[in-house]
Amino acid sequence: MRYIALIHNNPAAWQALSQAERDQHDRDADAFLKMVTESGELLGGAVVLANPSNAKTVRVRNGLPAVTDGPFAEGKEHLAGYYVLECESIERATDIVTHDPSARYFAVEVRPIMHMGGADL
Amino acid sequence: MTRHAEVDGLLRRLAPQVLGVLVRRYGRFDVCEDAVQEALLAASLQWPEQAVPESPRAWLITVASRRIADELRSDRARRRREQSATAQIPSDELVAPAPGDDHLADEDDTLTLLFLCAHPTLSPASQVALTLRAVGGLSTKEIARAFLVPEATIAQRISRGKQQIKASGIPFSLPTEPERADRLRVVLHVLYLIFNEGYTATFGPDLQRDELTTEAIRLTRELQRLLPTDGEVTGLLALMLLTDARRVARTRPDGSLVPLTEQDRSRWNQEFIQEGLALVSDALSRSALGPYQLQAAIAAVHAEAARADDTDWPQILALYELLERISPNPMVTLNRAVAVAMVRGPQAGLNLLKTLDDEHIAEHHRLHAIRAHLLEMAGDRAAARSSYQAAARRTTSLPEQRYLEARAARLIDEP
Repeated sequence: MRYIALIHNNPAAWQALSQAERDQHDRDADAFLKMVTESGELLGGAVVLANPSNAKTVRVRNGLPAVTDGPFAEGKEHLAGYYVLECESIERATDIVTHDPSARYFAVEVRPIMHMGGADL
Repeated sequence: MTRHAEVDGLLRRLAPQVLGVLVRRYGRFDVCEDAVQEALLAASLQWPEQAVPESPRAWLITVASRRIADELRSDRARRRREQSATAQIPSDELVAPAPGDDHLADEDDTLTLLFLCAHPTLSPASQVALTLRAVGGLSTKEIARAFLVPEATIAQRISRGKQQIKASGIPFSLPTEPERADRLRVVLHVLYLIFNEGYTATFGPDLQRDELTTEAIRLTRELQRLLPTDGEVTGLLALMLLTDARRVARTRPDGSLVPLTEQDRSRWNQEFIQEGLALVSDALSRSALGPYQLQAAIAAVHAEAARADDTDWPQILALYELLERISPNPMVTLNRAVAVAMVRGPQAGLNLLKTLDDEHIAEHHRLHAIRAHLLEMAGDRAAARSSYQAAARRTTSLPEQRYLEARAARLIDEP
């Protein structure tokens, strides 16, 4: 099964960390990614997203595109990055994510990814 | 068959034999396995263009041995540098055949390799990848393509598996009696996982997905040849054949699923069905009952029904009752509920489902899907619809979700 780990944070919360804490976070994040790469459970690499102020949101209505500045979701929390795990169960996935420093400083949402397989009906 | 396919088939058969010879000669499973892969790659490039050597196996052993000798030499050099040791090993000694090489125990080697790759200290993902490479002779790239996973991820799973084998000091020998049965169960499970990955696929590069079921059947066939009296090995082979017989009939060209009752049975693979039926009756007649044999027997009852309406449901129910007795688990109870409903009516099936409400499985989409089906049989359209919707919300399979949503929608559209 594949699971996406969505890192939700608040840019202000990141800014509020001390430089020492941010350095520690980065070191722990590197160690975490090394761990899940070596266990063969990380698919591809982790993706880190730019600050939401860089986002544009696209809508097409009646065939006409409208592109607006800013992220889709309002609010302080935003999607800061993600990675994909392949493992036995959601329990294993959440267990892995407890080692992600983002779970310590922010919050990480784990969701199953739909697959194209189908058991017999 | 093209020349490339012929060579590939030959190389896959030879892969475990060559690896076995080398591991017994040099120890070091990890180094030998890499060397065999390189030799297989070289052969797959050269042989179709030039010619298959007179003794393909000797060719592969020689090429892989050279690679191993290089590797062990540089290993020793490294260690010498590290420890400033003075011992010099003449390089000839490393490539000279060891006594006993003439007496080749291919069959035991393949079996030993299957047990080694499915060692319980490895994760299932590593067991699967390593079995396909070391015993199946597939390359990392081929495995990655079949599983739709990046090549680097498969490479990690293989190297981690090999590290664990090395670190645990697992010997290259067959497991002995007290643990043998348990270890064989793991081997069978790994083969089943490979099969299932290919079988349940409803999209993807077809050839590569088919390759997994074909490979799983080939390896299980090989295992069955080596252990012909083990009823569970035979049972698993029969289960794979009887299940795979339905493969082309179970999906539509757009990837949507066709339920068993609606499949065009003329498209079932009769050759596989006949072989599966013979295997399952043979196993049941002379070995202790086991879960694979019973699942194969259930698949056999479905296979023997020319039309869905001809299905011998009392027989299927009896088999599920046996299966639940020897390997009780809620998934079996779920399937038994369907058989109960077909024999004694939907309400009896629904009553059985109620006993699962406190189990872990209560949140599983399959429980809701089966409840929906039985409610629909009972004529309770509103409740059936909400159960189909509950199942659709919980499944992580896109084709299943589409099927469940369509069933729910049909209950509003058709009065």
